[in-house]
Amino acid sequence: MTRSPYLTNAPSVSVIMLKVVLALIPAIFAYVWVFGGGILVVLSIATFVALTSEALMLKLRNRPVLPFLMDGSALVTAWLLALSLPPLAPWWLVVVGTFFAIVIAKQLYGGLGYNPFNPAMVGYAVLLISFPSIMTHWPAPLDLAKAQLGFADQFHYIFGGLLPDGVKVDGITQATPLDYLKTQLGLHRDLQDITHESIYGKFGGHGAELVTFAYLLGGIYLLQQKLITWHLPVAFLASLAIFSEIFYLVNPEHFANPLFHMFTGASMLAAFFIITDPVSGPTTPKGKLIFAGGIGILTYLIRVYGGYPDGVAFSVLLFNIGVPLIDAYTQPRVFGHTK
Amino acid sequence: MNALTSLMNLVKIQGGVHPPEHKQESTLRPIVALPLPKELVIPVRQHVGNLPKVLVKPGDRVLKGQLLAEPEGNISAAIHAPTSGVVRAIEESMIPHPSGLPDVCVILDADGKEEWVPHQPISWKDANKSDLLSALRKSGIVGLGGAAFPTQVKLSTGGRTLVHTLVINAAECEPYITCDDMLMRERAMDIVRGIEIVQSLLGAERTIIGIEDNKPEAAEAMRLASESASGDVKVKVVPTQYPSGDARQLIRLVSGIEVPADKRSTEVGVQCFNVATVLAVYRFFEFGEPSISRIVTITGNVRSPGNFEVLFGTPVRLLVEAAGGALPDTNEYIMGGPMMGFSLPSETVPVTKAANCIIASAPNLFPPAPQAMPCIRCARCADACPVRLQPQELYWFAKSDNFEKAREYNLFDCIECGCCSYVCPSNIPLVQYYRYAKSEIIAQDRAQQAADLARERNEFRLLRIEREKQERAQKHAQKAAGAKQEASKSEASDAHGDAEAAKKAAIAAAIERAKAQKATTVVKNTDDPSDKLKSEIEEIDKRRADLGLVENAELSQSGTQEKE
Ligand code: SF4
Ligand code: SF4
Repeated sequence: MTRSPYLTNAPSVSVIMLKVVLALIPAIFAYVWVFGGGILVVLSIATFVALTSEALMLKLRNRPVLPFLMDGSALVTAWLLALSLPPLAPWWLVVVGTFFAIVIAKQLYGGLGYNPFNPAMVGYAVLLISFPSIMTHWPAPLDLAKAQLGFADQFHYIFGGLLPDGVKVDGITQATPLDYLKTQLGLHRDLQDITHESIYGKFGGHGAELVTFAYLLGGIYLLQQKLITWHLPVAFLASLAIFSEIFYLVNPEHFANPLFHMFTGASMLAAFFIITDPVSGPTTPKGKLIFAGGIGILTYLIRVYGGYPDGVAFSVLLFNIGVPLIDAYTQPRVFGHTK
Repeated sequence: MNALTSLMNLVKIQGGVHPPEHKQESTLRPIVALPLPKELVIPVRQHVGNLPKVLVKPGDRVLKGQLLAEPEGNISAAIHAPTSGVVRAIEESMIPHPSGLPDVCVILDADGKEEWVPHQPISWKDANKSDLLSALRKSGIVGLGGAAFPTQVKLSTGGRTLVHTLVINAAECEPYITCDDMLMRERAMDIVRGIEIVQSLLGAERTIIGIEDNKPEAAEAMRLASESASGDVKVKVVPTQYPSGDARQLIRLVSGIEVPADKRSTEVGVQCFNVATVLAVYRFFEFGEPSISRIVTITGNVRSPGNFEVLFGTPVRLLVEAAGGALPDTNEYIMGGPMMGFSLPSETVPVTKAANCIIASAPNLFPPAPQAMPCIRCARCADACPVRLQPQELYWFAKSDNFEKAREYNLFDCIECGCCSYVCPSNIPLVQYYRYAKSEIIAQDRAQQAADLARERNEFRLLRIEREKQERAQKHAQKAAGAKQEASKSEASDAHGDAEAAKKAAIAAAIERAKAQKATTVVKNTDDPSDKLKSEIEEIDKRRADLGLVENAELSQSGTQEKE
C-alpha cells in the first residue's frame, strides 16, 4: 500500500556516468594536441576490452547484461585507466590493465556498487608493478620529440611496437616530469636548474600541463552538475599544496613548489575523476575530507621519497581499505542528537 | 515582507528536496462546499489512538453534530454525525489507511434535512482550563495536517511542562496539497482567533506561524490577520524546501530550537499545531461545531482541481466528480501528498479527518520507478536527508536484515520523508526498506518481550515447585524427628535438636540464595530489553505520529506529536 514517494527526480546511473565521460573530453583533445592521436587508439582498445569483458562476466554471473552494460560504469573505468597509461602504450598492456580492472577489481567483487577498490587504479597498479619501465616512459610532447610520429605511425607503434625507419625509441620518449625531477635531484642538481629545462612548462610538465588544465575544466563541469561535491577535490589539492608548500619553504632548492605538484602527474585527474569514484570512496562529508586529504599527503610523500614517480594509484588503493573505518567514525550528527 | 522575514529566508532546512510544486492548479477557485451525499460511511476511528465506543445502533435517527461514538481511554477522539439521518448499519468497511485494512464504520443514510443538534458555544475566555479541555475531548478535533492525533491530548500539558512557544504549521511542504493555503487565504481571521484560544490554553508567550515562501497570498493574509491578535503572533516565511513542514524541522526553522530526538517538543517548551486544527478549535468554542468536515484538495489527473469542504464519510468518488471527474488514464488515487501519501484501495472509501489531499494518479504524472540498480554509494541520499542519516548504510543494513546495525545507525530517527528515494540515481525504493526494517524490529522486540515474560513466569513456576518440595521435605523431617523424640523421651537430645535446626537453617539459606539468584536473573532478562525497547517503540510511534505514518493505531498511543 505505502509505496511513497511516488515522485523521483534523479539522473540515472547511466546519465551520471555519461556526464563523467563527457567531462573527460577536453582532456582527450588536449592529449591529442600535445601527444598526437595515439591516445585515441589506447582509449578504443580499453573501451572495447572493458565492454566485452564486462558483458562476458555478467553473462557468467547470470546477471542481466544490457542494463548493466548501459550503466556506463565500465566505460568510465576504461577511460580513466586509458588516460593514466602512457599514450603510446602497447596494445597488450592496455588489454591486460583493462581486463584486470573490470574482471578482477570489479566483477569478481560483485560488479557495480560492490568493488572496494577503485577498478581503474587496480588496473594501473598491476601494470606499474609488472611493467615499470613501459609504464614510466612517456612519449615526449610532439613539439619536444626529436622524431615526429604521425597518427598512422603511432597506430603501428601501439599495435606492433614498430617505429618508422630511422626513429629510435628514445627519440620519441622521455622520462615523465616527475620522474626526471626525482632522478636529477638524486644527482644533486639544483631544482631551479632542472625545472628550467625544456620538458618543464610554466607550472608542470611542458605540454602535459595543458592536459591537466583540461581535467580541471572537466572537474569544474562535474561540480557544476552536482555530480561530485567540493570536499574531495578541494581536500586533495589543498593537502597536496599545503604539504608541498611546507617542504618548499624549508628547502626551495630541493622541493618543488605547490603549483608544480598540483599541475604535474595525475594530480588533477585524481582530484576530480579518480578519488571521486563513489563506490570505493567514503560517503560522509568529513570522511571525504579525511580520505582526500590523506591521499594528497601520501601522494606527495611517495612522489618525494617513494620508489615510484607518482603516488596517486597506491595512495588511493591504500585509502580504499580504510573507507569503511573512515565512514564509521565520521557519521554526521543526526538531527536532534547531541553528537 | 519586512527585513526580518526576508532574513529568515536564509535559514533553510538541511538537506531536503524541492520537487515541482503543482500547487497552482488547485488554487484557482475558492473553497466550495461539496453537496450532501446520500450515504456516508463514517469510520469510527479516524484518529491515532483507541477505538471509540459507539453510542448508536442501526435504526437510530441522528442529528447533525450528534455524538456517534465517544472517546475511549486517554488517547482517543469522538466521532459525530456529519449530517442528520438514520443509522443504517455499523459494520466493517474499507477505510483510507496505509494498512489497507477495513475498520468499524457507521453507515448513515442522510435525510437531506441537515438538522443540527442544539449548538453549545463555550465562552472560552471565562471558563477554566480543565473545563475547556474536557469539552474539547468531546469535540472530535484531531490534527488536520494528516497525523490525526487527538488535539485535546496535545493541549493537556498537565502542568508538567512549560510551553512558551506555539508553532503553527502552515508550511504545507508537500507538492500538490493546497488545503491549508486556501484556508489561510480565505479564513485568516478565524485562524488567528483559534490561535488565541490555543495559545491561551497552552499558556504560551508567543506564536510563530511558519509558512513556505511559495504561498505569498496566504502569508500576507495571515500577517494582516495576526495584527489583530491579542497576543504575540508572528508570521515567519520559510524557504520552500520539502520537508520543512515536518514538525521538528519547522520548529527549528522558525524558532531555532532543535528538539532533542529523545524528547517531545513540549519538553523544550514548544508545541506545534496545524492551521486547520486551530481553526477547528475556534469553531468548536465559538459556534459549538464539532469536527464533522474539513477542507480537502482534489488534484492531479482531474479536470478541474480545487479545494472542497467535505463532510467526513463522503465517498472520495463524489469529490472526484466535483472536480470535473478524473481523466481517462487515471489508474489510482493517492491520499496525502506524492512524497508521503499512500494509495487508496478504491474511490469508494470515505474522506476522513486525516484526508488533506486526494490526488488522481496517472502513469504520466507518477511513472513507475525504473528497475532498481545497485547502490553506487554516491551519497546523494545522505545529502538530501533532512535528519542527516546515512540512507545508503541504512539500506545496506535493512537489506541484509542486519537490524541491530540499522538501529545503531538511528533507523528510528528516519521520518520516512522519502527525500532519499527521490534523489537516488539507482532508483532504490529506500523508504520501503526502512519501513520493512522498522516493522521487523518492532515485531522482534515484541516477540522478545513476550518470550521474556514467558520465561519469567516459567522461572517463578519452577521456583514455586522447588519451594513446595523443600517445604514438604521439611515437614516430613519434622514429623520424623517428633516421632523419634516421642519414642525416646528419656533421651532429650540437645545435640539432635541442634543438628535439626542447623539443617533447617541451611535449607532456608539455600532457598534464599536460589530466590535471590532467580530474582537477579529475572531482572537481567527483562529490565534491559523491555525498558529500552519500550522507549524505542515509543520513539517510533512518536515519529510515525509526527508524520502521519501510523500504520497501526495501537502502536501510537504513546505518541503525542503530530505532523501538523
Ligand atoms: S542515492 Fe541511491 S545510489 Fe546513491 S548512495 Fe544513496 S542509495 Fe546509494
Ligand atoms: S526517508 Fe528517512 S532516511 Fe530517507 S531522507 Fe527521509 S529521513 Fe532520511
